[in-house]
Amino acid sequence: MAHHVGAHRRSIRTLAGLSTLAILVVACSTGGATTAPSAAATAAPASGAASEPASQAAALGETTLGSNESDESPKAAVQAIVDYCAGQTGATIKVNVNDHNTFQNQISSYLQATPDDVVKWFAGNRVRFFAAQGLLSPIDDVWTDIEKYMTPGLKAASLGADGKAYFVPVYNYPWVVLYRKSLFQEKGYTVPKTLAEFKTLGDKMKTDGIVPIAFGDQDGWPAMGTFDILNMRINGYQFHVGLMGGTEKWSDPKVKAVFEQWRDLLPYFQEGAPGRTWQDAAKAALVDKKAAMYFLGTFAVEQAGENGADVGFFPFPLLGTQYDSENAIDAPIDGFMLSAKPKNADAAKAFLKCVATPEAQVTYVTSKGIGSVAVSPQADTSKYTDVQKASAEVLKNAGNIAQFLDRDARADFAGPSGMQGFLISFLTDPNQDLDKFLGGIQTYYDTLPPQS
Amino acid sequence: MSQPITRSADTIPPAPAGGMVPSRARRRYSPLTDGDRLTLGIMVAIPTLLVVVFVLIPTVASVILSFTSWNGIGGLDSIKFIGLKNYTDLINIYKPFWPAISHNVIWLIFFLVIATPFGMFLAVLLDKNIRGTRVYQGALYMPVVLSLAIIGFIWQLIYAPEQGLLNNLLGRTAQGNQISWLGDPNLNLWAVLVAATWRQVGYVMVLYLAGLKAVDPGLREAAAIDGASERETFFRVVFPVMRPINIVILVITVIESLRAFDLAFIVNKGLNGLELLSTLVTNNIIGETSRIGFGSAIAVVLLVVSVGPIIVYLVRALREEQQ
Repeated sequence: MAHHVGAHRRSIRTLAGLSTLAILVVACSTGGATTAPSAAATAAPASGAASEPASQAAALGETTLGSNESDESPKAAVQAIVDYCAGQTGATIKVNVNDHNTFQNQISSYLQATPDDVVKWFAGNRVRFFAAQGLLSPIDDVWTDIEKYMTPGLKAASLGADGKAYFVPVYNYPWVVLYRKSLFQEKGYTVPKTLAEFKTLGDKMKTDGIVPIAFGDQDGWPAMGTFDILNMRINGYQFHVGLMGGTEKWSDPKVKAVFEQWRDLLPYFQEGAPGRTWQDAAKAALVDKKAAMYFLGTFAVEQAGENGADVGFFPFPLLGTQYDSENAIDAPIDGFMLSAKPKNADAAKAFLKCVATPEAQVTYVTSKGIGSVAVSPQADTSKYTDVQKASAEVLKNAGNIAQFLDRDARADFAGPSGMQGFLISFLTDPNQDLDKFLGGIQTYYDTLPPQS
Repeated sequence: MSQPITRSADTIPPAPAGGMVPSRARRRYSPLTDGDRLTLGIMVAIPTLLVVVFVLIPTVASVILSFTSWNGIGGLDSIKFIGLKNYTDLINIYKPFWPAISHNVIWLIFFLVIATPFGMFLAVLLDKNIRGTRVYQGALYMPVVLSLAIIGFIWQLIYAPEQGLLNNLLGRTAQGNQISWLGDPNLNLWAVLVAATWRQVGYVMVLYLAGLKAVDPGLREAAAIDGASERETFFRVVFPVMRPINIVILVITVIESLRAFDLAFIVNKGLNGLELLSTLVTNNIIGETSRIGFGSAIAVVLLVVSVGPIIVYLVRALREEQQ
């Protein structure tokens, strides 16, 4: 179930022999833990977590954090937010770093065994599923303190099926159309706002001998982003939510319209997507300029290497439907959750309250090499990179923010046996009988056991 | 050939005379001491225990789980029995199932007909003590030492559409002209089979080479004196003599084909033309939400398919021992 930022890159590192590591946080030695709270209480009165009395904070003790961020940049960012919150709360936070893919594959056994108190994870159905299995603790009390930093959309993404909150969102990244500014300038291309403009531009690029849209789906998840955006543009955000949640049917003619539109646009996409990795597609667009545009999460900018500053992006064009005003996009949210039986719930909750503050979020995203942006609208964007500023702008203008197909839908449906395989089958043979194709998807969905 | 009957007759000691010490006679009829018995008991018990714990119990558990619906979370009481539903879904609804069966069969046939005979052919060539035979042996055996994960990575570099070696050599990197080696479902199984063969050939070659070295050179000389050609010598004399090695290689080929997994999974998790029974099991069981029951049903199918050749092999092996 690869789908997270750079999952494929990580899998290769996994092959290189990277296995589970554990890192002991030394930021808070025993001495530091007792002196930190008083300093925190005076230094940052704005922080919700720091408003706890110093004496209470001193008694918080040690809590543990299980992190799936084994790559260098995000690992350092997790450490940065942990250090910040250790200072703010006075709790000692021990980070256990796990290899990314291993952690994701073993998450259910991990949560059933002896998990860390706090676990780094994803919003939407990905957290909802484990909440429904009773593997997480509800944190409504945390949310009463942190609601002031959040939006209703962020809260919705953090709720379990029972209406209780189980997740604290920290950062996210939008799915956008990336391009090289210099290429657009040189060829006189302008950013398309509507489907008609998009197609005209695509035709022009083709006559210039450039592939309009780079595309690689060997990893199975990139095509989900394309499906999501077309679906939300054509059928609206609420339909996306219903379809992912199982209340709408895949055999609905509305879904067929999405695939028909996609089939119509496929001549503008790079051919042979099922045999190309997303990194190779990124290289074609952002390094070699063989393709002009690339629809992916902003994390793809990393693939541009030294050309990163020349990469610009814009939201997917509007399709001229009634849902244009929604301007919905995919922007997957990452954050933290609390395991079912935390050893030190007080310290863990103090930490969760702290990571929700705009200051803590900014600490995370301004760590070196992070392209995501803080979820809180109150976050201070002055230290953002150009990419982050542009991301924040896109997100601000988006009326509705979806997670992603494999985060909004149940994992066994989104995985290789389900939508990954179905979407690749569509890309391999886009002219197949769509009614039969979509009927097959719905039948597969119906065979899945109920999610208790 | 020696004559066992006369020889054993020589070695049988004369029948004990009337005045023998009874205790010595008793010892001859039960030649094991208590220590021997203990050692034997332990030597039988430990492997039996290991087989039961690590093979039999999991196998039986898989078969039982294949009749259930379970997401792997919660205690045994959260397992629901649903009868044959997993199997009927597998056959009627689960699209990758039949492709997986046929791909496993293609894999097996390809290995039996192409990879294994080619490895044997190379072994025969290298057995001729041609110049530089060590270098060839090393080069051909190298892929066997590499892990399949690394082999998958190497071949992805060769098959990549724009940057790949193969398309660049063929001049087929432009849009509209590309060969999608790993993306085209009619092509990717063969592309992966070539990569798998690259490894299998070296494996078979080394085993067969070892066998060839053990063949009594006198046999070849005799055949040559009788006027047999090179080819006749191999097929009429050497090949039949190497029967034990041939069976080992046959078994290895069947096992390697049935457990084919790594390369397909590395390329695209076994989707889009690369479905194999083993990747289907993994895709259903590993991950955040597992379908343990459904995955077990696929595993049971794989078990049934594997048991066939194993039984054939065991029956033949046992019959030989009796002879």
